[in-house]
Amino acid sequence: MAQAHAAAHHDHPHDHHDQESLKIMGFWIFLVTDCILFASLFATYVVLRTHTAGGPAGHELFEVPGFVAETFILLTSSYTSGLATLAMHKGNTKALIGWLIVTALLGAAFIGLEISEFANMVHEGATIATSAFLSAFYTLVGTHGLHVSLGLVWMTAIMIQLARRGITPVTHRKVFTVTLYWHFLDVVWIFLFTVVYLMGVM
Amino acid sequence: MAHHETHGSTKSYTIGFLLSIVLTIIPLVLVLNHMLSRVPLIVAIIAMAILQFLVQLFFFMHIREGEKPRYNVMALILGAVITFTIVAGSVWVMSFNEQVH
Repeated sequence: MAQAHAAAHHDHPHDHHDQESLKIMGFWIFLVTDCILFASLFATYVVLRTHTAGGPAGHELFEVPGFVAETFILLTSSYTSGLATLAMHKGNTKALIGWLIVTALLGAAFIGLEISEFANMVHEGATIATSAFLSAFYTLVGTHGLHVSLGLVWMTAIMIQLARRGITPVTHRKVFTVTLYWHFLDVVWIFLFTVVYLMGVM
Repeated sequence: MAHHETHGSTKSYTIGFLLSIVLTIIPLVLVLNHMLSRVPLIVAIIAMAILQFLVQLFFFMHIREGEKPRYNVMALILGAVITFTIVAGSVWVMSFNEQVH
């Protein structure tokens, strides 16, 4: 029964379509492995967060307006990337590229805020070498920031492809995976916001 | 095969977005106004984060929809189990280290 079903699928004209959905499945598996990467960095941070070695602690370093702005900017960009997917399902290429541009700009604003936050902290003498707490902090938050930065490069490349080729099964899948990735980064940030920043200023 | 992908609607994205904003503001207010003592506060904000995680999973990433069998959900559950084991296990084991010193 299952074999007959598989054979029927093989002769199906939508072979290409099945390839694309298989790639989306593969991307889900990548997200799970990325989740495990963040799990180990979170575990390291939680264990080391009290080990300040005479250096500054979280409540002395974290500035509430800064990380609250970062949180809302990333949350909004996750929403606008969702609106991009909706525009794609309606076949509206212009709206799709427009929402992706809004998403990328918000992502860039997020990265800008994070870089200025890191620069201020280093300026105050809180570097990655100051304490175990700060090593864990910069590794965890920096890895997330690197993911967002790479996401921006990837999203820009997809926008160029969309402008050239329009919505094809391939660009459709690429937009779908990049928005999935973007939502995932927002999910990781929820926990950074809670565990690192909120528990840091408590 | 018609529903091989997740669709959602403007409504579901907007509901998810508004719920996420609320679930961000509540822990922020709780922490900044010191409204609870330490342990209940930590439990409350982590509960809020997990709730927001679920909101985004359902309203943004649409894990309820999609092709069956949902291998992506199975992979996700495995990932959640591993994540929980790594984080909770590390915290638990290292708490003994704190006692020794």
